[in-house]
Amino acid sequence: MQIIGAEALLESLKKEGVDVLFGYPGGAVLPIYDALYKEKGLRHILTRHEQGAAHAADGYARATGRVGVCLATSGPGATNLTTGIATAYMDSIPMVAITGQVATPLIGRDSFQEADITGITQPITKHNYLVKEASDIPRVVKESFHIARTGRPGPVVIDIAKDAQANKIEFKYPDKINLPGYRPITQGHSRQIKAAAKMISIAQKPVIYAGGGVITSGAAKELKELAEKCGIPVTTTLMGLGGFPDSHPLALHMLGMHGTAYANYATQECDLLIAIGARFDDRVTGHLPTFAPHAKHIHIDIDPAEIGKNICVDVPIVGDAKLVIKDLLARISINKAKHAAWLEQIKEWKQKFPLAYKKDKVLRPQYVVEMIYAVTDGDAIICTEVGQNQMWAAQYCKVNKPRKWISSGGLGTMGFGFPAAIGAQVGKPDAVVFDIAGDGSIQMNIQEMATAVNNKLPIKIAVLDNGYLGMVRQWQEMLYGKRYSHTNIDNNPDLVKIAEAFGAAAIRVKKTEDVKKALLESLKIKDRPVLLDFIVCREENVFPFVPPGQAINEMLID
Amino acid sequence: MKHTISVIVENKPGVLHRVAGLFSRRGFNIESLAVGETQDPAISRMTIVAEGDEQTLEQIIKQLYKQIDTLRIFDLSPEQAVERELALIKIAASEKTRSEITQIVDIFKARIVDVAQDSIIIEISSEKEKINDLQKMLEKFGILELVRTGKIALQRSSLTCQSSLSVLKF
Repeated sequence: MQIIGAEALLESLKKEGVDVLFGYPGGAVLPIYDALYKEKGLRHILTRHEQGAAHAADGYARATGRVGVCLATSGPGATNLTTGIATAYMDSIPMVAITGQVATPLIGRDSFQEADITGITQPITKHNYLVKEASDIPRVVKESFHIARTGRPGPVVIDIAKDAQANKIEFKYPDKINLPGYRPITQGHSRQIKAAAKMISIAQKPVIYAGGGVITSGAAKELKELAEKCGIPVTTTLMGLGGFPDSHPLALHMLGMHGTAYANYATQECDLLIAIGARFDDRVTGHLPTFAPHAKHIHIDIDPAEIGKNICVDVPIVGDAKLVIKDLLARISINKAKHAAWLEQIKEWKQKFPLAYKKDKVLRPQYVVEMIYAVTDGDAIICTEVGQNQMWAAQYCKVNKPRKWISSGGLGTMGFGFPAAIGAQVGKPDAVVFDIAGDGSIQMNIQEMATAVNNKLPIKIAVLDNGYLGMVRQWQEMLYGKRYSHTNIDNNPDLVKIAEAFGAAAIRVKKTEDVKKALLESLKIKDRPVLLDFIVCREENVFPFVPPGQAINEMLID
Repeated sequence: MKHTISVIVENKPGVLHRVAGLFSRRGFNIESLAVGETQDPAISRMTIVAEGDEQTLEQIIKQLYKQIDTLRIFDLSPEQAVERELALIKIAASEKTRSEITQIVDIFKARIVDVAQDSIIIEISSEKEKINDLQKMLEKFGILELVRTGKIALQRSSLTCQSSLSVLKF
């Protein structure tokens, strides 16, 4: 059957199991939008900005574990996607971003709305393609999805020239992939696994440090088994939240710059650190040479380049977290009673240095987060923006299951949370989805309120409104002599009115005693988004705080 | 320390950009880079001379492997490889100096490939150091222009890039 390239693209997407795309039309994708006009098998969510489309595809991928797809036109449409692509790249999120390109005879002539998007996105994609022939579309789509979701996942850009979208081809979806240079290793090397098992069995004070790789590989169950079988406490990174239940007695919660004191103390004291799907990021390690100074290191990661990148490792294991942990479980025999003293020490730290904030009449952001957790029974999908709101959300939402925590970890993208929540709600229509936001970051993609309203998405946007760019203000307070340079935004527009103008519901909360009521009320609204504007105390700080360049046990606790 | 890395890649658009971009954004230093097709036109070989300690080299190789188009990488130590670089050197030459130049060219097993009224172009294919030495010897005549290819290298053993393609990447 002869079809045009644009139709071949949609057919190929369906073959890959895509059911929804987030996009924004434009001149260089007209053939694709024309094909979408009569397409019944694909849902298209029209955002109000291409950046929103990219973050929504990302949020969809994080919530569902499937590949998120976004679509934009050439030039500015494509460049508007880049922040979303970079965000997905830093957090290893499977995504396929499709862009239109000017027609092949116009490429390289500085044509209208031309941008070299494969060149621009080369450092922020796992791979990318410029497609100039319609007949290449099925193969490229197949390869792109394979690359995006296997190995260490990541975004792939497919840039398709307009004439390739319009030319006719005989459609046949390939059933084989021929990528001789791409063979991710999933099974850990048996000798290394043996060495790791031995190291674990002789350790006295081990800690598991689990990252986003645990979520990606679906290894939460195996991780819990490993921790319980061996009696090893588990600390998670920001990306790893939900990979190990926070309510578990062995949970140390998050480590690093704003991690719990007990996670940081345990990491610094341990004699064996088992890193699983984590990458020793600077926000985790603090001053690198002082990180986990007494520990031997086992590093399990699917990406060989992560091993030895930041830290020297004693036992490297390249492989998929789930498969490697399974192999480890089969090999370890351990008397976990010998960790009793270690766990006792950790218990003492937990009692002595719990996460805490002042409980008084003042409306504090931490209280709002705790209440969100309480009213949703800890079962909501929590998306966050970036800054203080993100850290309080990470500290006070006890995430117990994978894919319930959606936050821009690596790139730290303000404006990510709300469009990501849209993607999450589209992917998980029955879930309660919260975006925990600041008054700064919510304004970065506030236009997506129209998307949420038009699609009747009942997202709850909890704005911790302190009239400041709070995290930067905190650093200015603590490290720059309280010189609040351009971080005071108490001249914000009225967020309640803005939400209402979009057709969303909105509630303003000023008092502690009204928080729970407002949250319960928001949960009753099922046909549109709700913005909750919590006017919180202005100069609250996030603690613990490891000042930059310090060892992670040298933290300020309050 | 300097390393010569041979990178076998699929000959696809943008592959040079990917590799060169990788070096710049990861802060690795390239001293030279030579690219050309292999006996299979679908496959290219890049010979890269890069500077760095063992850990840097390991990271370079791992990052190069992550590129989808990378098929195989060899870290070529000088003992195990034949290394060559080509240079074309244009120097000022008069009737008076021409014979002296010819003598030097002979000693270095180089060749004169172009003779003009007042200049000569010399071609030399050799190891880097030898080319440096020749260059020094020719300086007194006046070097007008000079071009060097950067190093290319092949492993001495019978292991070829073709036969090794079946070897799994690590």
